[in-house]
Amino acid sequence: MLSNRSVGVLRRGTCHVYAAVNPKCPARVLNFSPLPSFSSPHRTRSSIPAPRSEPTQRTMSQNGALPLHEKVLTVDTMNANVKKVEYAVRGPIVQRAVQIEKELKEGVKKPFEEVIKANIGDAHAMGQRPITFFRQVMALCAYPKLLDDNKFPEDAKNRARRILQACGGHSIGAYTTSQGIDCVRQDIADYIKRRDGGVPSDPDNIYLTTGASDGIATVLKLLTAGEGHTRTGVMISIPQYPLYSAAIAELGAVQVNYYLNEEKCWSLDISELQRSLKAAREYCNPRVLCIINPGNPTGQVQSRQCIEDVIRFVAKENLFLMADEVYQDNVYAEGCEFHSFKKVLFELGPEYSNKVELVSFHSTSKCYMGECGFRGGYMEVINMDPDVKAQLTKLVSVRLCPPAPGQALMDLVVNPPQPGEPSYNTFIKERTDVLSDLAEKAKLTEEILNTVPGISCNPVQGAMYSFPRIELPERAIQEAKVHLSCGLFYVFSILISLFVSIPTSQARCQAPDMFYCMTLLEETGICLVPGSGFGQKDGTNHFRMTILPPTDKLKILLNKLKEFHQKFTQQYS
Amino acid sequence: MSFLRETSLVTKNAFLSEKDVLLRRAAQITAEIQQGERKGYKEVLDLSSGDLHSGGIKPITFVRQVLAACFYPALLQDDSLPLDVTQRANSLLKECAGGSVGSYTDSSGMAKIKHCVSQFISRRDGGVPSSPENIFLTSGSQQALMIMLKLLFQNEDSCQTGVLIPVPSYPFFNVAAVSQGVVMQPYRLCEELGWTLQVEELRRALREGKRTCNPMALYICNPGNPTGHVQSRESIEEVIEFAAEERLLLLVDEVYQNCIYGEGTEYYSYKKVLSEMDSTISSAVEMASFNSASKGFMGECGLRGGYMELVNFDPAVLDYIHKLFNTESCTVVAGQIALDLMADPPKPGDPSFLIFSEEVESIKKMIRKNSHRTQKVLDELPGISCQPLKGGFFVFPRLHFPQKAIKCAKDREMEPDMLYCLHLLEETGLHVRPGCEYGQKTDTYHIRLCLATREEIMEDVLQRLKTFHMLFLKEFS
Repeated sequence: MLSNRSVGVLRRGTCHVYAAVNPKCPARVLNFSPLPSFSSPHRTRSSIPAPRSEPTQRTMSQNGALPLHEKVLTVDTMNANVKKVEYAVRGPIVQRAVQIEKELKEGVKKPFEEVIKANIGDAHAMGQRPITFFRQVMALCAYPKLLDDNKFPEDAKNRARRILQACGGHSIGAYTTSQGIDCVRQDIADYIKRRDGGVPSDPDNIYLTTGASDGIATVLKLLTAGEGHTRTGVMISIPQYPLYSAAIAELGAVQVNYYLNEEKCWSLDISELQRSLKAAREYCNPRVLCIINPGNPTGQVQSRQCIEDVIRFVAKENLFLMADEVYQDNVYAEGCEFHSFKKVLFELGPEYSNKVELVSFHSTSKCYMGECGFRGGYMEVINMDPDVKAQLTKLVSVRLCPPAPGQALMDLVVNPPQPGEPSYNTFIKERTDVLSDLAEKAKLTEEILNTVPGISCNPVQGAMYSFPRIELPERAIQEAKVHLSCGLFYVFSILISLFVSIPTSQARCQAPDMFYCMTLLEETGICLVPGSGFGQKDGTNHFRMTILPPTDKLKILLNKLKEFHQKFTQQYS
Repeated sequence: MSFLRETSLVTKNAFLSEKDVLLRRAAQITAEIQQGERKGYKEVLDLSSGDLHSGGIKPITFVRQVLAACFYPALLQDDSLPLDVTQRANSLLKECAGGSVGSYTDSSGMAKIKHCVSQFISRRDGGVPSSPENIFLTSGSQQALMIMLKLLFQNEDSCQTGVLIPVPSYPFFNVAAVSQGVVMQPYRLCEELGWTLQVEELRRALREGKRTCNPMALYICNPGNPTGHVQSRESIEEVIEFAAEERLLLLVDEVYQNCIYGEGTEYYSYKKVLSEMDSTISSAVEMASFNSASKGFMGECGLRGGYMELVNFDPAVLDYIHKLFNTESCTVVAGQIALDLMADPPKPGDPSFLIFSEEVESIKKMIRKNSHRTQKVLDELPGISCQPLKGGFFVFPRLHFPQKAIKCAKDREMEPDMLYCLHLLEETGLHVRPGCEYGQKTDTYHIRLCLATREEIMEDVLQRLKTFHMLFLKEFS
């Protein structure tokens, strides 16, 4: 299958992480060619003093700090790419929400009693209960003495014994191999094969990761090379999940946008991919196409036909395909079904399945598990050049190993209780409850939002978010733009509001939907992420809202939102 | 035993890749033994990494009880767990959103645990203040190191960022530096003087580095891996002065700070020494210090709990570091819990205190004994010299090979210490690492062994090594 790799997108020599530590000449300086930034202009260093932010006392002792220009690491001397990193999901709105929570605790009067965080896909934080079986096995793995206890069902004990058996010294405190525990990789391969109707999966192609984000960042790193016109371009959907734009910025790769079609329920048009690719080839070397399915933040589920078209497209255009499939169990809409890229790829026949380089990501954080804190995840690499795979293996070895508890949990996710086992019924019930609850909330969200004049929401077919479009009055947009020239204004206003009780809603930021969300937060305590943090067509405004709050709270949230929107529209029209 | 027998597995040294021959061969041998193949030994003994639990040491009961209760809070319903365990688990769960360790935490760690770690540091350093704002919890200390390297990387200049690194040093650091596009400029530790760090050598390395790169940072590993040395207070002062003079940022790997056993040896943290220096230095030298729950008595490598403390950093840079952390979602919660328990262990009077201190003491005693015993055995063997062991998990003895052995290795396009390790594995089932992986002075050869294993295993290891070594010398004399 890997015989003819001459057409591989990722090959030796094009790979970023290349220099190996050569044991033969230990004292050698390992040279590594610098990666000049694609877009940033050259600057003379250290001549411009770093802009001072708040003068917090962060010096080591009581001694006053030396002037900043004497620091080794300043904003001017540090990696310039880092300056471009933005991450809306934990951006200023969220920081303000945290602050408001603090204020509420301190007794500051607000027009609401609590902050409802609908900004991040964190199910347990919103009250979802963990799956009992998973946590039982995790407890047994952590403290194996509990195996002697009769408190735990036999299948949980068996699973724990099996996992511990595979750990060094029978402890989840031992390092695992950097690719991940063998038996876990085997179980994942078996799961993929079952899921994909028998398409084979090789445990050698499975890499356990520290959550899916770790895998995504690692693969992007592997793909990033070249400079100027040959710099790697990464095609991502707009709207996108900011993990991608942040990783691209940090690596100094080139972000290549393709737009999802909001009018057709955020579907993906091949013609748009074609347009975007063609345009990008003028200024960079697009090498990879990223797809999130089911979609984040847009909640669409790709049809089988669309997946097929995408695969044909990447095959034709010789692109590397990254499929973010962490929401694979989160499909709610009738008529929608999750199809893995791997499965469709193999059903298209050897012409494609022997050629297209694909990496698929999964994690323990989403679906019905919602176990974000364990940082469990895996990726399956398909058709990757063996030399590049060796580099990947080396790259992941730098972080020594993914967390063992996360690996154990991933194992349970791919190998849950089977019919006949004591935990089976409870497990199925818990899983079904979570998923049907989410399905109900997906529907509820769409329905209520669509009753609001000026808000239009596509069906939440899958994943955990709605991404409705909001019509904002022209005056609100103008208001928001007042401070366009001053990016720091927001930070400033927060600082001021620390001392003077000026509501931060007065602090208008550049994007109209940021202004909208900030006002919403100040007036209702609802924390959403503005669409501008994910990217959107010019002139449109959106927000991302999770469907995770408990149903009763979600209803309150949606109704408050409705009220707010009407008031906001009135106020600015 | 014949060393001239062709072992089909190796043609060249391969390292830290899927071609790690030692690792693969060790796994093969284990499989062969399981299938009933007869060897001169019953099992492979793995001394290749500093991993307490793999070495057969039991985890600390208190740590695992709290962890189990956090994973499965139903355990808090009955009274089967000690009171301090349930209290701790409850207080940790209270800090988690939704009361679940499955939630995301703040991306640089839970505020409570950062606070706990800062107090731990302050206690360790005899009251030197430490602020939670400067603490970043990470998924293992290696991740913290990667973030620092990422920040140092230059993409706008023709001149790459350089970091001075010790030779020998922990190879993963080198791979990390390379993967972040940072140039490594080696400085040699002086083996003859107990692997000491000499400022003259730092100066030489810096001079040399300036010809090819822009050296911005100095990486230190104290206590040393693989060398087992512990820096004296004077040495630390000298290094800090050097860093201040040359305007270098200090990256100080102090993950073995809890593991000191040399007689008369005392551990000083860089932070403490820095704080006691002249104010022009103590308020100026930027330093990142790394620590983890993987080493010391905890040995919880698999949980991936690490932290870094940043000292004297530009506040504007700190803001960007926070941003970088945000993109990494959050630090492994199990690892954060491990750090909390390491930083704030049971106190006298707590129900778990007695068992806890017994367990910790027995681990410390074991490593101390192993190091003394190893030192003694190695000192008696011909063709081996070993510097005094003072701290850390490893011993890095020098092997003086006969010319014939060196030639034999070179004929096979292999480093002599790699040849030695391969045959040691083949003949005795001992898995140790060759010095060539850590860097060593030309024409010197070493091996690295881990000391963190049960005493009876260590005894077995030393016997196997002794027998093998004598045969090896004989074969090649």
